[in-house]
Amino acid sequence: MNHIDISSVLRQTLACDLYSNLVTRSTGAAVRGQIEQLLSESGARALTIIDFSQVSMIDFSCADEVVAKLLLRYAADDPPQDAYFLFRGVTEHHSDAIEAVLERHGLALALEADGEVSVIGVLSDDERRTWNAAYRLGRVDAADVATELDIAPDDAQRALGALCRLRVLMPVDGQYVAVGSPRG
Amino acid sequence: MTTVITVPPSLDDHSFEQVLEQLAPLAPDAKILVDARHTRWSSPYGLTALLTLAQTRTERPAFAVPELDDTASYWARASFFHHAESLYDLHGSYPKQRDAGESNALLEITPIARTDDIHKLVGRVQERAKQIIQAELKLETKAIIGFTMTLSEVCQNILEHAGQGGWVAVQSYRWTKRLGRRVVVIAVSDAGLGFRKSLESSPGHLPSARWDDAAALEEAVIRGVSRFRDRSRGQGLAGARSYVGRWNGKLSVRSGTARISIVPGWDDDVPLAEGLAPFPGAQVQVIIPEAVTAGGAPSER
Repeated sequence: MNHIDISSVLRQTLACDLYSNLVTRSTGAAVRGQIEQLLSESGARALTIIDFSQVSMIDFSCADEVVAKLLLRYAADDPPQDAYFLFRGVTEHHSDAIEAVLERHGLALALEADGEVSVIGVLSDDERRTWNAAYRLGRVDAADVATELDIAPDDAQRALGALCRLRVLMPVDGQYVAVGSPRG
Repeated sequence: MTTVITVPPSLDDHSFEQVLEQLAPLAPDAKILVDARHTRWSSPYGLTALLTLAQTRTERPAFAVPELDDTASYWARASFFHHAESLYDLHGSYPKQRDAGESNALLEITPIARTDDIHKLVGRVQERAKQIIQAELKLETKAIIGFTMTLSEVCQNILEHAGQGGWVAVQSYRWTKRLGRRVVVIAVSDAGLGFRKSLESSPGHLPSARWDDAAALEEAVIRGVSRFRDRSRGQGLAGARSYVGRWNGKLSVRSGTARISIVPGWDDDVPLAEGLAPFPGAQVQVIIPEAVTAGGAPSER
């Protein structure tokens, strides 16, 4: 698993140790460029922790560049890599901006806090319940989810497919693992 | 011949219109003297707009400084004269040094020309904003974060849309006249393209039947339209609008001949003012008031 400390990337990007705020669109674009460069040096398939712990705050424009555009690129039909992200250290200093850009683009992400992982962003009720079930159970297939949630297997499969497209669920050998699942 | 432009005794976003009405009939190269001798108070909007006014003139204007020592001293602490010296021929006596006296300036008037300027000012404002918003306005921690985000976004608006630099100032004061409560105010002003021209420069721009400064402001501020095709753009002002809504604040954006405002219950401004005297660029003001209890009194928290 890769680990990217966003504050370190920010300092390298600005060539300055003084700033810990992720502000301005151009800074965000530069930080995302650095993240993509780091990702390109990892394998064809990678799970990366994006760590905001040392970032004081982030504004909307920067969140759009660093979070939304990163997710959009790797959730596209022709992503440069099979990349998945687990966000860490996101606090109330970052959540408003991050949630706003997820909402605007219809995205979701897996967020680790206090040793637990949850998904935030734009998900239907079925998708959210499916992700929670996958997180609880470890590796699952559509039948497992359908049984767990008492829904039709087709509905479970549809939700699993949607979660994979959002990069919050990883397909593994015909089954699925929630990003951040301790039992995956 | 020099035309005297009289600055009102109390200068804010509304009374600044009197200044612009006096300027409207004059050519950009007309000689003017901006007479602030009898001005006793100015909001950060007034100060940043006065600097912007000088940038709209092709003939260097003259400026008569406030006669009242307290006012001149206050304006000096807000860095007004420091910047005005390069834009106006100043007449009258004013403090040459920015003394370290008591100041309401969370951020004295600061030029914004590059991304780095925004990093610096956000860093500078953060700690004092925390103190003022929590201790004086009695708002939650989230209001501090949102305030800094809003400051960053409205400053970026200059870099992305003005086509030239601008000014920002942040102050906190008790707004006795209109509100009777403390407020923290962000004022941002530039003499650049303005919203209408900025949106017209979009490759896909198709002007509506009613296309003017007011329509451009509605597009940008209410509908989050940007001149960029990238649908990510336009989030800055949308974020500022959401922030002022959440904390019962006021956002107003003036550009060209119109001003659009998100008006809270405590204010009686109009949502859209059209047919104002023309003024280049854009002028943004964000006002966040002290929290009140259910009974209407300032919060005792």
